[in-house]
Amino acid sequence: MGIDWQRYDPGGFYDELMAAPGRPRPAARTLASYLASLGDAEIQERRLAAEHAILEMGISFTVYTEGGNIDRAWPFDIIPRIIPLQEWTRVERGLRQRLTALNRFIDDLYNERRIVRDGVVPEAVLAQSRNFREQCRGMRPVHGVWAHICGSDLVRDADGCFYVLEDNLRVPSGVSYMLENRQVTKRVFPELFEHHSIRPVDEYPAQLFDMLASLSPRPMDYPQVVVLTPGIYNSAYFEHAYLAQRMGAELVEGADLMVAEDDCVYMRTIEGPARVDVIYRRIDDLFLDPEVFHPDSMLGVPGLMRAWRAGNVALVNAPGAGVADDKVIYAFVPDMIRYYLDEAPILPNVPTYLCMDPRQREHVLAHLDRLVVKPANESGGYGMLVGPHATPQQREAFADLIRRDPRNYIAQPTLQLSTAPTLCDGTVEPRHLDLRPFVLQGVRSDVTAGGLTRVALRRGSLVVNSSQGGGSKDTWIVDTDPGD
Amino acid sequence: MLSRVAERLYWMARYLERAENTARMVTAFNHLALDMPRQVRLSWRGLVAITGNEAVFDARYPEYTEADVIRFLLGDPENPGSILNCLTQARENVRTTRDRVPTEVWETVNELHLHARYKLDVGEGKRGRYRYLSQIRDRCQQITGMLAGTMSHDQGYEFIRAGRNLERADMTSRLLDVGAVGLLAREDGAEGAEAGAMEGLLWMNVLRSLSAFQMYRQHVRRRINPADVLRYLIQDTQFPRAIAHALGEVEGSLARLPRGDLPLRLALQVKRHTLEADIEPLLEARILHRFIDDLQREMGDLHSLITATWFRPEDIRGWQVQTAGG
Repeated sequence: MGIDWQRYDPGGFYDELMAAPGRPRPAARTLASYLASLGDAEIQERRLAAEHAILEMGISFTVYTEGGNIDRAWPFDIIPRIIPLQEWTRVERGLRQRLTALNRFIDDLYNERRIVRDGVVPEAVLAQSRNFREQCRGMRPVHGVWAHICGSDLVRDADGCFYVLEDNLRVPSGVSYMLENRQVTKRVFPELFEHHSIRPVDEYPAQLFDMLASLSPRPMDYPQVVVLTPGIYNSAYFEHAYLAQRMGAELVEGADLMVAEDDCVYMRTIEGPARVDVIYRRIDDLFLDPEVFHPDSMLGVPGLMRAWRAGNVALVNAPGAGVADDKVIYAFVPDMIRYYLDEAPILPNVPTYLCMDPRQREHVLAHLDRLVVKPANESGGYGMLVGPHATPQQREAFADLIRRDPRNYIAQPTLQLSTAPTLCDGTVEPRHLDLRPFVLQGVRSDVTAGGLTRVALRRGSLVVNSSQGGGSKDTWIVDTDPGD
Repeated sequence: MLSRVAERLYWMARYLERAENTARMVTAFNHLALDMPRQVRLSWRGLVAITGNEAVFDARYPEYTEADVIRFLLGDPENPGSILNCLTQARENVRTTRDRVPTEVWETVNELHLHARYKLDVGEGKRGRYRYLSQIRDRCQQITGMLAGTMSHDQGYEFIRAGRNLERADMTSRLLDVGAVGLLAREDGAEGAEAGAMEGLLWMNVLRSLSAFQMYRQHVRRRINPADVLRYLIQDTQFPRAIAHALGEVEGSLARLPRGDLPLRLALQVKRHTLEADIEPLLEARILHRFIDDLQREMGDLHSLITATWFRPEDIRGWQVQTAGG
């Protein structure tokens, strides 16, 4: 009958809800006893209700296959992940601190380069950074902010501590699923919301709009804000349409926009051309403007960079902001925080070895069987070596790659990702997860309450991507202060 | 409203209407085939001629057999006007404007497309054809109803209404061009009561192809004669598939859109030409054909002008000139 927490064993991993079999963490006590009070049939009923809600609400993501693109229902686990408010407040401060420093760094990089002159970040790192855009030199975007929207991936190791795994400063996605997950949970477990004080998440679209509007070159109440999408075939199209709709902004494709002789951007409407002030672009730098980047890009707008450089339109995130996505630069973020802000970093990095440094490289090559090696500028887990799971041949091949192009590789210890109870075939088992909070920075900065929790639905798996058997959970920031 | 969105809504409506009209026409022709005396061979070619895709057909099939014509009109991937192709296009246009149309419309268009695709072999066979086609017709009607009942009657809706009615007027004119002109030009010398009865059947079929037979009977009491049928289908202002009525709807929509001066003037002119036409001389095949030719050219111009005004502004300067001039 129902869930028996005595039989739930997270093993040696840090579990988000259970300190030990039968012992929920304080913030998860109410949830655990509530779930235990439900019968198997009731739990299945709730799970089906969630599935129906997801179909009804049309929450989907696109999977690319040889036979074409398929819209799939969003995989969702009904048991929420809980983070105590007191802990979250510290993480929130850490994320703000981190993005502030990253923006100072990007601004510095495209202008004076004090950080190089002062010997904190070596010149050689910058010289080979793939996402550095020469075309952005000398630019000073409004408020000195380049990365207005950041989705950093956080993981918890066996010690229970949050680490930043990577920063996504180009076009981070997932926030719409965070919002929809909450809607689904409200439908499925309405009674739980009466007994918890859970921080709401749905201010995000309004905060996003405010941030975007604050960047408008023409100060006005409702500047023309648009979301630029590569189109229906992009895997995140659902999110583009969702955010545009929630903000009351127009969802545009490249062909809807044009840059006129006055170097301003206009969209083609049935009333005639309408001036565009802010573009929340969801296409990569290199496709933005065929006059400057890929000449054959059909997704972008000819002249867009000209308009941006002239200060007639805001691009969000700014072109070139992705330079700090580089995993070698990531390794320097704690130094940046100390350098620009004169503060101690609140959120630690995952320990990272730079293969470009001869001593660290020797250490990496000697311990390949224990490390994860990543290329500096890939995302989505491409081109990685997971040492403990690799064959000796694979490790040898990777050692060659590292020796040939050391600047392009970093190595990190394998992490013991935390787990949370997840419904699997009617029983509850621990599954590994991560967390992607979203940080907005304009005049002020905002952090989502929690973020998108992605969970690897296969036993033992660390792969949380939805295209590869990953799912997601609602994430609750819960105030456990008894006075509240 | 974005020009691209307006254009997709307009085309969604045109494609849906085209699919529905083709379904009606094939159904009527199917009925007729059953009524014809056995010694009379029905020409299936006319059906393809109405859709204007004879060249495509000729390149793919040796002759106009019933089976091939049906295959061609229902689901041939090479025929741009096949019902299935129209529905695929309609679906694509809704898919990219989903946030503009009510969700139930998207779902119904999606289902309709699935029906047309996966039941195609049933529709191609003689037994399932009627049901297959009537389901397509009914669901198209259902979509029109949902749009009328659940979508804001805003600019987007006016583009849908304009597209639907222009397509409708165009289809009626095509049907007249092939059906009526063909009938008037008959010189097979058949005489007597039987030939007369058959002629009546054929004119009735022209009406049936537009689902106009019942309404015609209510409004025109006399027995079926060519002049009355032509007058009804060209000039009636109350029957939804009569050219004058459909053009009136187009005009009403254009009048509610911004900067629509030029297309509106042209719409009024086409409607005037339709209403002012003298029917008696049109009973001569050659003259009717020329009249319809002119009408179709004007409707083609109207479509181009709608496109140029709202969907494809070439550049800003062109716009300003037009705005200033209009």
